Amino acid sequence: MSRIQPDLNRFRDIVRGRVRDELRKHLGQQELFGKRGGEIVSIPIPHLELPHFAHDFGGRGVGQGDGDDSGGSKAGKDPGRHILEAEFTVEELAQLLGEALDLPRIRPKGRDDIDSRSSRYTGVANTGPESLRHFRRSYRRALQRVIASGAYDPLRPSIVIERGDKRYRIPRPRREPRANAVIVYVMDVSGSMGAEQKELVRIETFWLDAWISRHYEGTRTVYIVHDALAKEVDRDTFFRIRESGGTVISSAYELAIRIITDRFPVDDWNLYLFHFSDGENYSRQDTEKCMQYLDKRLLPSLNLFGYGQVESYGTSGDFYDALDKHFKSDERVALSRIPDREAIAASIRSLLGRGR
Amino acid sequence: MRGRILSVELVRVQERIERIAAEQGLTFFPVVFEVVDYEQMNALAAYSGFPTRYPHYRFGMEYLQLSKSYEYGLHKIYEMVINNDPTYAYLLEGNAMLDQKLVMAHVYGHADFFRNNMYFAHTNRRMVDAMANHATRVRRYQERFGIEVVEKLIDACLSVEDLIDPTAVFLPAAPRVEAVPAEPDPDEAPGRMPAKAYLDRYVNPPAYLEEQRKRVEEEKEHSRRFPARPERDVLGFLLAHAPLANWERDIVGLIREEGYYFLPQRQSKVMNEGWASYWHSKIMTTHVLTDAEIIDYADHHSGTMATQPGRLNPYKLGLELFRDIERRWDTGQFGPEWDACESMAGRAQWDRQLGLGRAKIFEVRRVHCDATFLDEFLTPEFCQEQKLFASSEDPKTQRPVVSTRSFDEVKQALLFQMTNGGRPVIEIVDANYANRSELLLHHCHARVDLRQDWARDVLANLTLLWRRPVRIDTVREGKPVRLSHDGTAASEEAIA
Repeated sequence: MSRIQPDLNRFRDIVRGRVRDELRKHLGQQELFGKRGGEIVSIPIPHLELPHFAHDFGGRGVGQGDGDDSGGSKAGKDPGRHILEAEFTVEELAQLLGEALDLPRIRPKGRDDIDSRSSRYTGVANTGPESLRHFRRSYRRALQRVIASGAYDPLRPSIVIERGDKRYRIPRPRREPRANAVIVYVMDVSGSMGAEQKELVRIETFWLDAWISRHYEGTRTVYIVHDALAKEVDRDTFFRIRESGGTVISSAYELAIRIITDRFPVDDWNLYLFHFSDGENYSRQDTEKCMQYLDKRLLPSLNLFGYGQVESYGTSGDFYDALDKHFKSDERVALSRIPDREAIAASIRSLLGRGR
Repeated sequence: MRGRILSVELVRVQERIERIAAEQGLTFFPVVFEVVDYEQMNALAAYSGFPTRYPHYRFGMEYLQLSKSYEYGLHKIYEMVINNDPTYAYLLEGNAMLDQKLVMAHVYGHADFFRNNMYFAHTNRRMVDAMANHATRVRRYQERFGIEVVEKLIDACLSVEDLIDPTAVFLPAAPRVEAVPAEPDPDEAPGRMPAKAYLDRYVNPPAYLEEQRKRVEEEKEHSRRFPARPERDVLGFLLAHAPLANWERDIVGLIREEGYYFLPQRQSKVMNEGWASYWHSKIMTTHVLTDAEIIDYADHHSGTMATQPGRLNPYKLGLELFRDIERRWDTGQFGPEWDACESMAGRAQWDRQLGLGRAKIFEVRRVHCDATFLDEFLTPEFCQEQKLFASSEDPKTQRPVVSTRSFDEVKQALLFQMTNGGRPVIEIVDANYANRSELLLHHCHARVDLRQDWARDVLANLTLLWRRPVRIDTVREGKPVRLSHDGTAASEEAIA
């Protein structure tokens, strides 16, 4: 741990209001303006300035230049393009969650060997497509050539970039550790799942996502909804969709098995499956079928199977009990009931409390 | 936090640049370079270059800012150097060799400035050790009295950290006990000369005697005041006279010591960076650069010298001013003859071929600080050439706009920024105010009012140290006003 860490932690504690509450009135935000992929992003940073005797000027100062600020990418030029980030990054939130719920760290399974599949455009080469031309480098080469040949006239500096000057960005493979994870979310969207139930699922998945992503280099997510039939959807649809009809849970498990075998071979991925349902299945036989799928096909490849039963008024499905009976002592299976929002924290703890 | 020692290649470069710097007349303590990665560099920068500082959250805050802005590619610290014997400097790991050369040349400029500028003469050249000691002591107090108690005291001290006397270092140390003058005979009228009775009226005119009597009275009145003269070293005064526990006194003392150590760096930012830039430019372009490196060097150098809207770049201003001084003293463009010359053509062609430039800039770097440097050497021609301007906030758009390019106003604005580090001048005028041991401060008002909310908070912090009510006389919107804080609540009253 570096020497600065205790000071940094202390500052964070003050920002979070855990200690020295009287300092909060001096706490403000400083904005840095950065560029990410052509967009101006604002990076708010908590800033605490202790009071001192100071002059109260209204923005007076001394500068140098043409007094024209067109060169700078200052605030206020085009406010519509600002992306304001939260005071806390998801990473920090996950850390808070971990501290609050006392969650154990996840120990990624699998090999620590190096994989070099991904690449980034960090290299420079003499050849390449025009779309990847590195203007600054090319210009500098041309400038060097012109100056070296003695043709440079400082009063009329015209630099023509020739073919030999051109430089191009090229991708460089990046060596990445293999600790990747895929999270499969399965949600029951049958008629009995109301908006409130989906909200519970949405909140819970956010935190599950945050915590698991924190432990892996790359995390993929797969969303499956099911009523009597199952289908894969995107994140947005996952939370909005309102189907109706019966509930056949095994259909979702079948689909999950197919996706995992096709796209996420167990040797390469740390697999998580979280299933949210109100626990009412169409038939006993289907529930039995689910247990079979879990036991034979899913659990052997999963790091963790989590089941959260979001209970709607008065009804209480028996899927929870079935799972409890079958996998009581299986540490790959974590079960929880989520009757209301207050129960979310406890549910997260029981789903993630095993450090798997 | 210590980084790695240099590679063989870097050692060779260092030896070479050090030799060139010495040949050019720079003198410095031994310079020790270390290579650090960017995380170490950010942490070091948060600690103002020192490997160890006392524990305090603001270093964490600085670090957070630096690392966030590094992450987003907004800045990169190439170099850092600390005023110490030996002079420590850090190089960023993974920088191109050209950058490392440039940084080294730049560092030798700073090292020479630290050693030779007279404002640095009093600084502790073993500050690395002193800072480590401070850290140990503060940690010990924290273990004994609790983190929060110690931190609150440090915060209170930091809030008045800048209330030290920038001129104090040039004054002889005050004697601990002031000599008490012999009591004059109370029967004898002051100022009376022995004279024969018939001449007495002429030798000792009654009006004169009355005047003398009043003067003595006034002096007596004055000496009852404490401190006898207004005191600008508020921290020093608190250290000597506030009712503090020993550990508290130690903390006030160490914050004050660090304040005095950093003071000359705040007083000479423009000169220091200008001097270092002058030398990196001179050393690189005349000795070190290979043909292949020149464009990359120019690219890097111009990046450092770039001016941004609304911000004064001390590197640029300092470098240009040093070059201007060198040129003027080389050509003899100074003194009464030059001042008297009013012909534009005459001025443009003025060249007495004195060649005094180099000697002059070495002298300047020895005896000046930013305020005197700019006061003495800023010329209207320079101001125009460098396109300096004063700005103010447009009340409508709340964006800064150029308010003037007039030489006098720009210079005045600049000097105001530089005087006392741009901070208001505050003195202790009475430590026994109303005969109730209350502390009375005085703000030497210079056109600009105090920021009121902060002033109140500072007073509150001072009551923590002084343990009695603290007041300050200032002026707000043209009217004299006294702000007070008694430790629980702030109040204010108009004063005559």
